[in-house]
Order: sequence, then structure tokens, then C-alpha cells
Amino acid sequence: MENLKTELKTKIIDVLNLEDIEINDIQDTDALFGDGLGLDSIDALELIVLMDKDYGIKLSDPKEGRAIFQSIETMAAYISANRTK
Amino acid sequence: MKEETFYITDYCTIKAGKLVVNGEVIFTAQAEESADLALFLKRIYKEKTMEYPKFFKMDMLSKLAFIGAEMVLKSAAMEQPSYDTALFLSNSTSSLDTDLKHSASIADPEAFYPSPAVFVYTLANICLAEISIRHRLQGENAFFMAPTYDTAMMHNYATYALQTKRAATVVCGWVDYLNGAYELVLYRVEKHGQVPHTIENIKHLF
Repeated sequence: MENLKTELKTKIIDVLNLEDIEINDIQDTDALFGDGLGLDSIDALELIVLMDKDYGIKLSDPKEGRAIFQSIETMAAYISANRTK
Repeated sequence: MKEETFYITDYCTIKAGKLVVNGEVIFTAQAEESADLALFLKRIYKEKTMEYPKFFKMDMLSKLAFIGAEMVLKSAAMEQPSYDTALFLSNSTSSLDTDLKHSASIADPEAFYPSPAVFVYTLANICLAEISIRHRLQGENAFFMAPTYDTAMMHNYATYALQTKRAATVVCGWVDYLNGAYELVLYRVEKHGQVPHTIENIKHLF
């Protein structure tokens, strides 16, 4: 699980072009949206694509995404339980 | 209607590895920056401490327009939302550079993963939105496609907007990017200044 969290942080920084943020700047429980990393709605769509492309998880319910994308911890837990690749 | 005289108050060019503001070379591309506009613009962003992380999410056309707008709007007071600053830009390749990236991402039916962050830039006028958000501009804007800068048309368009008081400040110019080739010329036009806003003077900026 720790490896997956680090992998997710690396991917998020890369995919979302978070130029001035390092892996160590993101805590596992930090909010990804709002006051945390300050991600926006386009970033949310990118995360949905990332889940599909890299882990074979298709999210179709936006309400579901809200809970999954709360933090690195919630994302990693969901991916571990549902990944197909 | 009697034509008033308006004035070019600031201008900026970014081409051939140089960023020039009001005739003064401010930045020159170094080493690998000469072949990579992204690196050149990133250094300008960092050295000018612009502190606007959204910059890194923009496509190249918007990054180019954003940096140019920083230069021509920096001396204008933009503390409050501006309802009378208009933006009229033009280019020849629209958003083709980003269109091609998007197209490549959906070319393989077996790996069909279009990027939302790329897709949102598949319109040239998005760069107007990026400038407007940054500088809190809520005035008129338009983006024109033409093979080359239509100086007479852009002059008339800006003059008419100022003369009819639809705008008190107009930022006009050319911003083009495709496959690493780029050119930006932006200028601000207002009621008072030193350099008359004439077709001849606009041509001198290019």
C-alpha cells in the first residue's frame, strides 16, 4: 500500500503538471481538492482517466469520485480493492 | 464619426528566442531554451516570480499569450475587475498544435484515453480566457484567424471599440504556436500616450 501511495503521488504530480510540488509535500491524508492541493474540475477528470488507464477502474458516478478522490489514502484504498490491472 | 487618435502605450514581442518589451530585450533564450519554448517561458515565469501555478497546466499557445499579457498589462492598474479592457488577438494556426496532441491521444481505439486537460485547450480563444482570469478582465474579447496579421482590420477594430467607449484599453496582437515555431506581438492601446496607434506604427512592432 505504501508503494501504491508513492506511485500515486508521482503520477498525480506528473499528470496534473504540479510543477512546484514534490512527493514529500503531499501527505497521505491531505485533501486533494479545495484547500489541500487545490485541484480543479479538469484535474478531477484527469484523475478519472488515470484510474481507467493505469488501474482498469471505470468511474461513472461523480458522487463515487468525490469520496474516492478525497486524499491519496482514499484513492490508494479504492484502487487496491478494485484494480483490474 | 470623427476619428480620435489613440496611442500604443506598451508592447511586447516574443520571437526568435528574445522577449522584448517596449524595444528593450528583457530575456534571451539560453542553450536548449532556443529550441524549446516551454523552457524559455518557464524561466521567464520563474524569474518574474509570477506565482500562478495554473501556468503550468496551460498549452503552449496560452503560455505564450499569458507571458506576453504579463508584460503589456504589468504597468496597468488591475487591482479591481476591469470591465473596459478588451482583448483582440489573432493567429494563423488557431489551436492546431493542441488539436494534434488531442487527435493523437484518440487515434488508437485500443488505448482511447483523451486527456481532459489537453482537450480544454482545443480552441484558440481559450488563451483569452486565461489572460482574462489572471487579470480579472471582463471586457469584450475576440480571436481572429488569418494567414498573417491583418493590421488594417485590427487597427479599425481596436479604434472602433475605443471610440464607441466599449473599451478604454485594448490589448491587441498576434500569438501563434505550432510544432515549436512561435511568434507573439502584443500591444496595449489607450487614450493617452506617446506613440500614435496607426497602421504604420503597428507594422513597426512586427
